[in-house]
Amino acid sequence: MSEVLFFLAAIAAIVGAIGVVALRNPFYAVLALVCHLVSLAALFLLLRAEFVAAAQVVVYAGAVMVLYVFVVAYVGGAEDIRSGNTMRVLGPLFAVAVAIELCIALLGSALSGIDSQGAPYKLGFGTPEQIGKLFLTDYLFVFEVASLLLLVAAIGAIVLARRRRGLEDDDGSIARVIGERRPSYTGTMAEGAGVRQVLQALEASHGGLLEVGGAKSDEPPAPAAAGEDDGAGA
Amino acid sequence: MTLGWYLAVSAIIFSIGVGGVLVRRNPLVVLLCLELMLNAGNLALVTFARMYGGEGGQIFALIVLVVAACEVTVGLGLIVAISRRNLPVDVDELHELNG
Repeated sequence: MSEVLFFLAAIAAIVGAIGVVALRNPFYAVLALVCHLVSLAALFLLLRAEFVAAAQVVVYAGAVMVLYVFVVAYVGGAEDIRSGNTMRVLGPLFAVAVAIELCIALLGSALSGIDSQGAPYKLGFGTPEQIGKLFLTDYLFVFEVASLLLLVAAIGAIVLARRRRGLEDDDGSIARVIGERRPSYTGTMAEGAGVRQVLQALEASHGGLLEVGGAKSDEPPAPAAAGEDDGAGA
Repeated sequence: MTLGWYLAVSAIIFSIGVGGVLVRRNPLVVLLCLELMLNAGNLALVTFARMYGGEGGQIFALIVLVVAACEVTVGLGLIVAISRRNLPVDVDELHELNG
């Protein structure tokens, strides 16, 4: 029974990995990676690592893959990017060489456990209780460093991906944002008070948006005038 | 099933990841292939934990999981920043990362 399960899971894992590399659409590549991760979790279960398998499915196939799907949808990476000719020939050759070398290194390492079924099973091996106990006793420092690393990565991702002024093509000025035509009943400031009142309030508070908005002269900006009808109508 | 089979599967998955990093040029897919390599390492670690009957390998695999999550977060943040600046999403075209 375990042989059948092993071969099913191993073949699914390898097919999923090949799918990640071979599929042209990044969205399908992400789905292939989900298939790969789930079958890898089945392999972990066969190796009696219950908690690692659960974490693999929940954290990896759940959370991380959702992040991937969001970014693929945001970037819209459906374009077909092909590599150069040299890499397309040399890459798979190098991969085959690495596979052969790794198999020789691992299977020829004369480890006594390679031809066995593993150490005799002891009760509670790989259960959440055991892992948690180890994390809070023997591996406490590693645990704390991991939490610190997660915090640093979260802050780093926010800093990297936040919206910065001056990087985009549009100027992002207040005049453009206020004067932009929006559908009615979206709850904007201009809709509630009318564009003219917003402009006057800005003028009263800090000299108006003409200074903020840039090098425009006395007359109010054209999109603001166009948006006034919306504000009055609403 | 002897444990050598698990190690062979791990080696095959790792080399597929290596080939993907070399062949593909979309940074999203390159990140996915890095995930493949980390997962192959995880499989080998869990296999060795089973071989010696201690949980240390599984702890190591969980830490690798954490590191992979961090790497994905920062990498995807970089890709979002790249696409915001209208740069090409292609690892060969991004020369300005040279510093």
